[in-house]
Amino acid sequence: MDKFTTLTGVAAPLNMINVDTDKIIPKNYLKTIKRTGLGTALFAEMRYDEGGRENPDFVLNKGPFRNATILVSGENFGCGSSREHAPWALLDFGIRCVIAPSYADIFFGNCFKNGILPMILPEPRVNELLRFLLELPGAEITVDLPAQTVTGPDGKADAFEIDAFRKHCLINGLDDIGLTLQKEAAIKAYETTAATSRPWV
Amino acid sequence: MSQPATMFEKIWRRHVVVDRQDGYTLLYVDRHILHDGSFFAFERLKQVGQKVRRPERSFGTPDHYVPTDTRNVAAISDDRQRLLVTSMARHGAETGVTVFDVGDRRQGIVHVMGPEQGITLPGLTMVCGDSHTSTHGALGALAFGIGSSEVTHVLATQSLWQRKPKSMRITVDGQLGFGITGKDVILAIIAKMGAAGAVGHVIEYAGSAIRALSMEGRLTVCNMSIEGGAKAGMIAPDDTTYEYVRGRQFAPKGAAWDAALNQWRSLPSDDGATFDRELSLAGADIAPMVTWGTSPEDAAPITARIPEPSSAPDIAKREGIERALAYQGLTPGTPIDGIKIDRVFIGSCTNSRIEDLREAAKVVKGRKAAVPSWVVPGSGIIKEQAEAEGLDRIFEDAGIEWRHAGCSMCIGVNGETGKPGERIASTSNRNFVGRQGRGVRTHLVSPAMAAAAAVTGTFTDVRKLLPN
Repeated sequence: MDKFTTLTGVAAPLNMINVDTDKIIPKNYLKTIKRTGLGTALFAEMRYDEGGRENPDFVLNKGPFRNATILVSGENFGCGSSREHAPWALLDFGIRCVIAPSYADIFFGNCFKNGILPMILPEPRVNELLRFLLELPGAEITVDLPAQTVTGPDGKADAFEIDAFRKHCLINGLDDIGLTLQKEAAIKAYETTAATSRPWV
Repeated sequence: MSQPATMFEKIWRRHVVVDRQDGYTLLYVDRHILHDGSFFAFERLKQVGQKVRRPERSFGTPDHYVPTDTRNVAAISDDRQRLLVTSMARHGAETGVTVFDVGDRRQGIVHVMGPEQGITLPGLTMVCGDSHTSTHGALGALAFGIGSSEVTHVLATQSLWQRKPKSMRITVDGQLGFGITGKDVILAIIAKMGAAGAVGHVIEYAGSAIRALSMEGRLTVCNMSIEGGAKAGMIAPDDTTYEYVRGRQFAPKGAAWDAALNQWRSLPSDDGATFDRELSLAGADIAPMVTWGTSPEDAAPITARIPEPSSAPDIAKREGIERALAYQGLTPGTPIDGIKIDRVFIGSCTNSRIEDLREAAKVVKGRKAAVPSWVVPGSGIIKEQAEAEGLDRIFEDAGIEWRHAGCSMCIGVNGETGKPGERIASTSNRNFVGRQGRGVRTHLVSPAMAAAAAVTGTFTDVRKLLPN
């Protein structure tokens, strides 16, 4: 997993609430047997017409947004299916950070497992960023994860909250299986106790 | 005397392996359920050089990618799809995980198979790489969906790092009206609290209307907890639960059953236990529900009309309704009762159990389907049981297709989808844009309402069709 420290890049505005993972990556792309190469499938049903041609009105098909590394969207982003193909597709397109007022739990957790920062900002600030990005296509946002600040195209810097453990894993590109295996003795002890207290499981 | 505790709290405490100072808990996973979409997690496990730590605690069955018109897996023309379906059994053979493969009568949708086999039990922690894992909470388990990376983690360590979610109690008191099912209850709840209404919370459904539900009805309610954003949904175990679990293949037997039952009886939330949030609904007020938009929160009684965007509280919501109605091809103010439909799908982890099929058959009996309609049972066992009861004949006599077990048109990753522009009355759980196929318009309903739509060709208040 790639480390995440700082990021300055074009931010794309996706001005919708409840963006579900079926929208992020539709079913026809779930027959894949690889985690990579899903960038072309990102938001496919909004991005392409039935014939596979680009929809010129969709944000990621517009000039500078083709190179977006940050996505700004509305509340409850990533709701629905647990498919990890959603962060895989975002990552393969080049998105390393999503900014929204809130996320669905499973998607939120899946992002961290793939080196993507799902940043939470208050709704008024997200709406302000969406307006800026719509008015100034190609405008950049700067994220400083160690300092926990995000600077918009207006030059305004905001602090953002992030759980210390997840921050640590993102900055160091850590996979938590390794960390958990260090708790082997505790897991074993738990299993020994549970074998007596709940032997039917 | 300890503080009164919620059922969630009691189960959580019993599964703590390590409590870390930063608020993370390493939570032990009692039982882990896998499906053909778990392919990546097994492959990843090999890549990171790990083995399945406790194979006897994992159970798999292919469901997402299996065709439901045939049991002949070799006939799947798409190589990748065939690989995904057949890999479940291969991964099982390689790792020692029990797999009910296509051809085994126990094969079916993971969230139907778990309770049916007695794998799901009260008081357990359970996970699966599927968001509808909340289903299993209907038996008083703490069950939640996880991503593929987390599936690998559970395979390797039989545990997960979690922050403790908040708790929420949703109380539905009173008697449900004639023709009202668990599906109508959960759609009414989600309409009230919103698609993100329970994010970060574990819901406990309580109240006399919930207690009166059958196991099937409870499974339907808990299944859609995720559509309200909840981490999990659960219902306290009671005699309905114990009667359901008793004698199932992987449930405890003999003295172990007695010991288990004794402990299960202490699971329900204590009197005076407090929840972070409370919500209540009057059971008697719930009507048969139909979704009109593209989020499960867009649900309304069959007696209502398509909403006016101008009725929305803010601009974002108004635009959301406008976008949803444009996709759905609906005009504000249209009565829902009478809207024409093109297709019916009865199935999915929400509504493919025997009671669901019986309710649909009751409406269909002696009538003919007006539109193409499918019934897809949740497992091979349910299929057999329905056939023993003659339900398949009722459906087939009406011109409804009787198919094999699988997720089918709920998600359509096996290729079974509607056609662009089609309006589907569906007993599944998601009405997202494109969920049942590009351009397909999904409306979520109960099995009885889906059957009513099948025989009339329109959304119809099923209470008018049911014998009193």
